[in-house]
Amino acid sequence: MNLRKTPLALIVGAALLSLAACGGGGDPLDTTGSVDSGGSKDSGTIVVGSADFPESALLAEIYAGALEAKGVKVEKKLNIGSREAYIPALKDGSIDLIPEYTGVLAQYFNEKASATESDAVYAELKAALPDTLTVLDKSAAEDKDAVVVTQATADKYHLTSIGDLKPVAGDLTLGGPPEWKTRPTGVPGLEKVYGLKFKSFRALDAGGPLTVKALENGQIDAGNIFTTDPNIETKHFVVLQDPENLYAAQNVVPLITKSKVNDTITQALNAVSAALDTDTLTALLKRVVIDKEDEADVAADFLKEHDLG
Amino acid sequence: MNGVINWLTDPAHWSGDDGVVRRLVEHLEYSLVAVLIAAVVAIPLGLFVGHTGRGRFAVVNAAGAARAVPSLGLLFIAVMFVGPRLSGDAAFVLPCEIVLVVLAIPPILAGTYSGVEEVDSAARDAAKGMGMRGTEVLAKVELPCALPLIFSGLRSATLQVVATATIAATVGLGGLGRFLIDGLSVRDYDQMAAGAVLVAALALAVDVVFALVQRYAVSPGLTGRRVRRAAEPGVTPELAVHVTA
Amino acid sequence: MTWFTQHISEVLDLTLKHAYLAGVPLILGLIISIPLGWLARRYKVLYVPLIAGTGLLYTIPSLALFILMPLFIGTRILDSVNVIVAMTIYTVALLVRTVADGLGAVPDAVAQSATAMGFNRPRRLFMVELPLAAPVISAGLRVAAVSNVSIVSVAAIIGVPQLGSLFTDGFRRDYADPIVVGVVACVLLALVFDGVILAVTRLVTPWQRVRRAA
Repeated sequence: MNLRKTPLALIVGAALLSLAACGGGGDPLDTTGSVDSGGSKDSGTIVVGSADFPESALLAEIYAGALEAKGVKVEKKLNIGSREAYIPALKDGSIDLIPEYTGVLAQYFNEKASATESDAVYAELKAALPDTLTVLDKSAAEDKDAVVVTQATADKYHLTSIGDLKPVAGDLTLGGPPEWKTRPTGVPGLEKVYGLKFKSFRALDAGGPLTVKALENGQIDAGNIFTTDPNIETKHFVVLQDPENLYAAQNVVPLITKSKVNDTITQALNAVSAALDTDTLTALLKRVVIDKEDEADVAADFLKEHDLG
Repeated sequence: MNGVINWLTDPAHWSGDDGVVRRLVEHLEYSLVAVLIAAVVAIPLGLFVGHTGRGRFAVVNAAGAARAVPSLGLLFIAVMFVGPRLSGDAAFVLPCEIVLVVLAIPPILAGTYSGVEEVDSAARDAAKGMGMRGTEVLAKVELPCALPLIFSGLRSATLQVVATATIAATVGLGGLGRFLIDGLSVRDYDQMAAGAVLVAALALAVDVVFALVQRYAVSPGLTGRRVRRAAEPGVTPELAVHVTA
Repeated sequence: MTWFTQHISEVLDLTLKHAYLAGVPLILGLIISIPLGWLARRYKVLYVPLIAGTGLLYTIPSLALFILMPLFIGTRILDSVNVIVAMTIYTVALLVRTVADGLGAVPDAVAQSATAMGFNRPRRLFMVELPLAAPVISAGLRVAAVSNVSIVSVAAIIGVPQLGSLFTDGFRRDYADPIVVGVVACVLLALVFDGVILAVTRLVTPWQRVRRAA
């Protein structure tokens, strides 16, 4: 054993190992993903965020594409989490823009928000927003939370509206995203507005495949699925009607930091909002959820079709 | 810090459907079932491989490869493929158990076959000298001598399973991971941190219980692992592997 | 698989991030474990507390540690630094015992003859005992490497981008392809780490090769 060569070999070994480990150049800790790692690098860049469900990511991609087509520099931070997770990020500057829904957003900032009709909700929202944030034009496209059951369950208990669940809720399990446990549109709201007390609540995902699967195989009897979800049609789910308007109008609207707004951005995003409607959104979402296409590709197609990208 | 303590000392958080007690019980259920199944599979297999020396290469490498499979990914795949064929809770519990069993088998297997292999050949020869045949040697000499390492493998496996069972919450199941996931979705740091503390405490408690069981269940003649300065470089990598795994 | 061929650059990018998050702790962990392991061996009274103490750290489940880390080092929960620090803790927890046992396996005779040849303590440690302990330490390092690659993927739950993100993204869209690609990539990455560590060990212990050839 050559005593002198061994330390050299150790150093070479350590260097090789670090090369293998730190393969890619640059510092991965600096890239997108960590929402709290500081906001945009220069004042012109817009950081677009999204919630952790496919429609939000799709809308974020559409916004991002429309802005980029008008020469705005865009950085994307998708799939951050629920509203409780990304609003703080918006407030502290980690993101600048995110697609939102008028009704639930108004309720988030103003618990007493009670309007149900589209324009009234929009006005209430504008009044409720904190000083640093603003919304641009709302779109005709709507996507609401809904309480959904299988055809079999609807037949069994003769359910057409949410209120019909009242007598049987004590035997049923409700499924929804974890945030539904505390949200006014979730478990507390269903109890307050419709008097529903379910046997139990299962925390799953935000209208995603987990909830759909759970509904299908009977793990839950009623689930929170969004109205634009293509699974409702393909799996013959029944959307229970909401006569008390627990879920008010939910128009898609861009939520943006006031200081980042300028004419280019306003024009680009308003044009997008004008071009979107519920049927178009549902069709686009179907391509993402059922056909497994990438949100970015579907967004690009939409923008091209409407001369926005 | 205060928030976590407040959360933990609030009695409302301990009882009921969503309470700590229920989640704790669920967590233990998922974990113990998995370790039991894994032990039933891995111990006989390990005894066979250790005793006969056959299939060692295949088994060691398969166990090593299984260690490399990320549990989260395996869980999602299992839910997507196994789930639709079942109904009710089983559609999510079975995939979870599959993943935990796959996680638990390698350490138990490694502990068992190493344990049997490391049995002092003098003891084996003495047994044969006393007239014992194959399976008798295995049952009366090799197995008891291998117990420290088998226990070590079981302990390691149980710890990993208890730690990983937290991810069951990502597919809507219960267990202590529920506090982590639910707290994460509404950014309730107190709940998240409290859940984290609870899981860590549970893992610790399980480890301590195992240590006690190990001390009293293993024959006093075998004082467990004591690394002495060997006569020549003799600690094999495999020994180190299952010791540290 | 068509999904993979259409997303090669994305998968590669995530793989590199994953390698960084799993690999840097290996090096940091090794550097920290060597003095700790040496201490455990040198002062017998420290062996049990050090080994038991670090072993305790390993009992903390990964998701829990990622979440608790900000309380201790003051970062935000979504910071990747949490992951690196947590993974280093796990690596140290695995390696301290390995280093201690590896150093303990060095025969007395060899250590004494090194002293007789004029080696002082540090030289003896780095030029005689560590190289002889290398096979054992390397075995522990390989286990740590495989374990790290698997644990890092759990960080996808708190949004840290790496191969685990393929799992959460795929599951969110009910799409198996990204998940399968992610699992395969993780296993391959673990194999690569394993191979690199093995190769480096061979480099550092040429006498093993000679002995085998002899």
